[in-house]
Amino acid sequence: MVALLEIRNLTVSFDTSVGLFHAVEGIDLSVDAREVLAIVGESGSGKSVEMLAVMGLLPSTATVIADAMTFDGKDLLGMSRAQKRQIVGKDVAMIFQEPMASLNPCFTIGFQLEEVLRFHLGMQKAQRRERAIELLTQVGITRPAERLRSFPHQMSGGECQRVMIAIAIACNPKLLIADEPTTALDVTIQKQILDLLMALQARTGMGLIMITHNIGVVAETADRVIVQYRGHKMEESDVLTLFTAPKAAYTRALLSALPDNATGDRLPTIGDFQEAQS
Amino acid sequence: MRGGLASARTVHAVKDASLRVDKGKTLAIVGESGSGKSTLARILTLVDPQTSGQLLIEGEEIDIRRSGVSKALRRKVQMVFQNPYGSLNPRQKIGDALAEPLAINTSLSHDERSEQARQMLKRVGLGPEHFNRYPHMFSGGQRQRIAIARALMLNPSLLVLDEPVSALDLSVQAQILNLLADLQDEFQLTYVFISHDLSVVHYIADEVMVMYLGDVVEQGSRDEVFAAPRHPYTRALFAATPKADPDRIRARLARRAEQAGREAAP
Repeated sequence: MVALLEIRNLTVSFDTSVGLFHAVEGIDLSVDAREVLAIVGESGSGKSVEMLAVMGLLPSTATVIADAMTFDGKDLLGMSRAQKRQIVGKDVAMIFQEPMASLNPCFTIGFQLEEVLRFHLGMQKAQRRERAIELLTQVGITRPAERLRSFPHQMSGGECQRVMIAIAIACNPKLLIADEPTTALDVTIQKQILDLLMALQARTGMGLIMITHNIGVVAETADRVIVQYRGHKMEESDVLTLFTAPKAAYTRALLSALPDNATGDRLPTIGDFQEAQS
Repeated sequence: MRGGLASARTVHAVKDASLRVDKGKTLAIVGESGSGKSTLARILTLVDPQTSGQLLIEGEEIDIRRSGVSKALRRKVQMVFQNPYGSLNPRQKIGDALAEPLAINTSLSHDERSEQARQMLKRVGLGPEHFNRYPHMFSGGQRQRIAIARALMLNPSLLVLDEPVSALDLSVQAQILNLLADLQDEFQLTYVFISHDLSVVHYIADEVMVMYLGDVVEQGSRDEVFAAPRHPYTRALFAATPKADPDRIRARLARRAEQAGREAAP
């Protein structure tokens, strides 16, 4: 079976004033339909950058090199920008960490939702409005017809995230990439958003890539996990093995830094890991 | 409030909150947005006055509307904020940021102030080379160390920490929590620690207070609250916290497999 998303030997470098910086080095990654892949790592691990590379959302200072980067069998690297625009936002969609900052503050959420339907699906006005209400209902927004006229600042963080999810699933994507979707939200809202994402994933059978630094979120959502550190893959395994028999020293260090796993008075830190490496 | 000339509603940000923290101990205040925890923090750090009720610090009753805040009082309570990127003046070298509280509240000389600032930098795990740098040259974890150092410059008895590790990576969080534990032992500090992260709270708290929409819904020792949470909101918080637990993972995977099986069968 051909993987939905296949990445081999991906390197993403940035031109900086002090030279070339490799945010991602030699990463292999694949996701199948119906699968939830979690990419977990701390700041600087490269997890967001590699997905932005897939979506074509990196700035011009970035250089993306890979042996292969295919989506649904189509080569993403060789594609023209016009061809990519047909896929991105439609068959593969992404949601981001700061929901209120990711929505355009100048337009109503109805406008932003319908924009996607107009551009990718060519829907007519009446159809768009109906579909927009349907989508808002799917993501749990109450009084959806009224809320179409709301601006992002009139909604809570959790509501904005639901709207972003609605925009992302508007065209029934085959793959949804969620970049730290719950980090900026309150704990009880986080659970609601995660439950929503998992329910949508189960219902539509889409692939879901969950980027997170929260190990608990990985445990509650993933089928498979990739652990990254400073642009490199440290470990890849199924979720149960990761938590019961982690192979990489970095993974073990990360798990032991969890306050829940504290055994003594002091938490072991990754600094201890770095010393052990040298 | 609707448009036009509607009458103003009174919002009770905090209602009937009673708390007590012993010296050298940590009280954790758990709550989400709108719970009133930040309002309570501002009252404890003598920024805002309480509308009614009593505030006693080291046995002394405080009413900032009546008697203002004396320098001695200011020194007793200090605060560490959540956002490591917003709480330091970007135009001020951190050595100066640390020396500033001494300049305002003591009569130490310039050299004495610099020396104390350097000592404190060392105490929080930074080096003399950091003294003349600007905040943007530091990582989030380092900035929180600086914020903690700044809070300790005046030898406070009470430190109010508002989500000090929420914005930090897990490994950095561990380092900062270790630092706070060490400092508490060394300086006999009392902490009021605001957090919505239950695993952090479980790790550092002696006493726990849970707030919801201005009310204190649960209060007790850390062990009591975690072993047997009584209020539905506390239970909801526990249920909502993602846990890295192999048994839960097995159960979840089994549910998924079962559901996939049901969908596959005609």
